[in-house]
Amino acid sequence: MVRSARALTPEAVWTALQDVADPEIPVLSVVELGMVRAVVLEPPAAGGAAGARVRVDVTPTFAGCPAFHAISEAVRSRVSELGAAEVEVRRVLSPAWSSDDMTDTARTKLRAFGLAPPDPHGGLLLPALDAPVACPRCGSFDTELKNAFGSALCREIYTCRSCGEPFERFKPL
Amino acid sequence: MTLSPELRAALVERLTAMADDELVLGHRDSEWTGHAPILEEDIALANIAQDEIGHALLWLEARRELDGSDPDALAYRRSAGAWRNARLLELPKGDWAFTMLRQFLFDVFETELLARLQASACASVAEAAAKAAKEEVFHLRHSGLWLRRLAGGTEESATRLRSAMDRAWPYLPQLWQPLAGDAALTEAGILPDMAEVGAAALERVRAALTGSGLEPPEVPPNPGGRDRHGEDLVALLIDMQSVARADPEATAW
Repeated sequence: MVRSARALTPEAVWTALQDVADPEIPVLSVVELGMVRAVVLEPPAAGGAAGARVRVDVTPTFAGCPAFHAISEAVRSRVSELGAAEVEVRRVLSPAWSSDDMTDTARTKLRAFGLAPPDPHGGLLLPALDAPVACPRCGSFDTELKNAFGSALCREIYTCRSCGEPFERFKPL
Repeated sequence: MTLSPELRAALVERLTAMADDELVLGHRDSEWTGHAPILEEDIALANIAQDEIGHALLWLEARRELDGSDPDALAYRRSAGAWRNARLLELPKGDWAFTMLRQFLFDVFETELLARLQASACASVAEAAAKAAKEEVFHLRHSGLWLRRLAGGTEESATRLRSAMDRAWPYLPQLWQPLAGDAALTEAGILPDMAEVGAAALERVRAALTGSGLEPPEVPPNPGGRDRHGEDLVALLIDMQSVARADPEATAW
């Protein structure tokens, strides 16, 4: 259903974007991941279609993320459903995405999904890479890095010595 | 920043060289997908390849801002003579020792370049450098570990590593050889002094080799400009561009 253009506010856009998930991590929305940098509403163009024009600034987690195109299209399509006359999705690079941009809710959801979340590191990336990682299944810190690269650019592979299970961690970045 | 036509042309050349390095190395790395010695390394190198291709996109997007060029057209419809990658990166993937040594040499060079490029007076270049620098941390850790592993592993791994050094060294200084327009870019605060980047990279490479018990070879004179390529690049492009060239009208992949 196309809603009235009058109802379109930045808040409504932000709320709607909670429905857009990263296809590689379906439990997280792009807002929870911290990928949405800005939502800007501009008045309808003179002589153009009714309804606001919306610009959404999105930043990639990793520069080569293959899901980025699909994510941009999903953002465009979701905002269009709100009745925007025109939607522009801009790829922005600065400030570069950091795993610290994730919300606390995102970390909790990742853990429940079986993916160890990255701890906040405040920009100190190297210590964060070597810090102990808790197993998302049993909570033990007796874990071991098996591969600094995993099934997606944002993941690395661990095993838990306590419960014996392998698991992935979302990389601190 | 507003660039004079001369600076703009020089920056287009430099960004092309940076993008081509990343794309050609990324493609060579991707040739190991499904063929790496162990599954973990297959995954790791596929990730690194994807990161490097992502970095190529960062530089081609920065170039697009300057001259309106299409990144896909540059990657998939440009003939070998117009590529500006360093020759080290187009050499066939060779064995695992050569692949890891080449990756290490490039990672060190890229890390030193990106560290300085983040202070570029050109905002879009500085932003792209900051983005790529974070990912490069993972690459350098990985290739640096492999260098030590190969050097201190078996007699065979050490022999293969020494052969890889013999193969790579003649091409090494071309990575940081300044382009014709670089001096003006450096003067304008857009690009660091490439000679300084090279000296820093070389010092780091020498320290890593010495720390692994290897004798760093003498660095030979520069092998020439980035407009010169071998047949290896032609073969690489035939493979890399085959899908795009088979259907030039394709709008979705």
